[in-house]
Amino acid sequence: MPEYLILIYQDESDPIWQDPAGQETIMKGHMAFGEKHGASLRGGNALHHTSSATSIRHEKSGKVTVTDGAFAETKEALGGYYLIEADDLDAALAIARDVPASQGGVEVRPIMPT
Amino acid sequence: MADAHRNEWAYVLAATLRVARDMDIAEECVQEAYASALNDWATHGVPKRPGAWLTTVARHRALDQLRRHTRHDRLMPLLVESGGDSLDESEEDSHVSDDRLRLIFTCCHPALALESQIALTLRYVCGLTTSEVARAFLIKESAMAARLTRAKKKIATSAIPYHVPAAAELSERVDAVLDVVHLVFTTGHTAPSGGQLVREDLTSRALQLARMLRELLPDNPGVSGLLALLLLSDARRHARLSLDGTLILLEDQDRSKWDHDAIEEGIGLVRESLTHRPPSRFALMAAIAAVHAEASSFSETDWGEIVAIYDVLRFTWPSPVVALNRAVAVGFARGPQAGLAALDELSGDPFLAQYAYFASARADFLARIGNREQACASYELALQVSENEVERKFLRERLAALGAQAAVLPY
Repeated sequence: MPEYLILIYQDESDPIWQDPAGQETIMKGHMAFGEKHGASLRGGNALHHTSSATSIRHEKSGKVTVTDGAFAETKEALGGYYLIEADDLDAALAIARDVPASQGGVEVRPIMPT
Repeated sequence: MADAHRNEWAYVLAATLRVARDMDIAEECVQEAYASALNDWATHGVPKRPGAWLTTVARHRALDQLRRHTRHDRLMPLLVESGGDSLDESEEDSHVSDDRLRLIFTCCHPALALESQIALTLRYVCGLTTSEVARAFLIKESAMAARLTRAKKKIATSAIPYHVPAAAELSERVDAVLDVVHLVFTTGHTAPSGGQLVREDLTSRALQLARMLRELLPDNPGVSGLLALLLLSDARRHARLSLDGTLILLEDQDRSKWDHDAIEEGIGLVRESLTHRPPSRFALMAAIAAVHAEASSFSETDWGEIVAIYDVLRFTWPSPVVALNRAVAVGFARGPQAGLAALDELSGDPFLAQYAYFASARADFLARIGNREQACASYELALQVSENEVERKFLRERLAALGAQAAVLPY
């Protein structure tokens, strides 16, 4: 069965991240998502803020540089992911629609079979 | 043979695709089937059901191909067909209509870019060649081939299914299909660029698609609304262009040249589609076209009714173009001064600022209240933003007429 990675992109500057009640609502949203789609879930995690990220860039010369911060600076940053199994893209999108991501959205990527 | 191609292509390809589960293989097998039909039909005559003949041949070839290729040497994953349908030949007839619908929904899947949806639909549902699709969108054949390849790759790798969507999503997905068909029509009805105003190849393909949808989804109010809209717009085809290819405004059209059979059919469909609540966007647009079609002359048009329908449409489908058309209708219903006031309310819209029809509508109302100077300036503005040669020619003529009027009657 095809597998998809659901990448959750959110605006990290949104005040909700500083608000304990808001965070709890998001948490509950993910719990409810997990209960509803447990049968399709193969994994998933939340990530720390991009201020904790470290990037490694390979230059054409062969030089490798390590820098502080996310690989690409964007308004909405990758904040978590789910790995799911679904019959087809429509089924995957139906699941992805339910991922709580009110401060942004999600991207659905098919996983290459090995 | 040309008839068989136009009428049966989608049917044959869709049925073959369900066996082949690969766009390229299905396409190749269908092309081979048409090639063998050329020989066979020349000798034995055209069979009673050409579509069934072609489908049988194409499906056999597809099965052969499948047996020859193992999964191992396949470049792309097979098309997913969910719903557990068997491929049993005896079930063929009950699947016939579904197959074409599956094909349409796969080609018009919202996960594909709109331009790819249109290209796939023309290529696979209408059976245009890649070079014909490329010509329709005025791009190079190689670029169109690349676009189609990318789209097919996305269908395969992300497992866009070959099925009719579940009831819960059906209405949203039908809307996406209707948008594609409408866009094919409008692209042909007023070509955005190039030397031709109307591209009949595209308008007739759009009508063909709308008729196919009507046959496959007879109870869908959006479908009947769209077919009505296309019929009523296309009914004016022979009156819209002068012999030298210039655009003739609705106001100046010879209404006896309108296609009255198409109008009758369109009006019947409008009535039917308006019985559903809330009325679909296309049903409302068709209702406006129907008011025009029912008027014996431009001056007898029921503009009050048209403004009333635009008021509903503006709520159902808020868009700058709808707002603009409503303002123009207000001008005809309540006088040019009221029309100008309605247009001025829209003057801050960035889209309309680049839309030639906005400036030319203003110019027209300004001319009607005798403000020639500002009317000329507004036509000049329209000329600056228009990219269609036929439209530009029309605008230049309007401008010249205003200038001539000024010369003859100096106030």
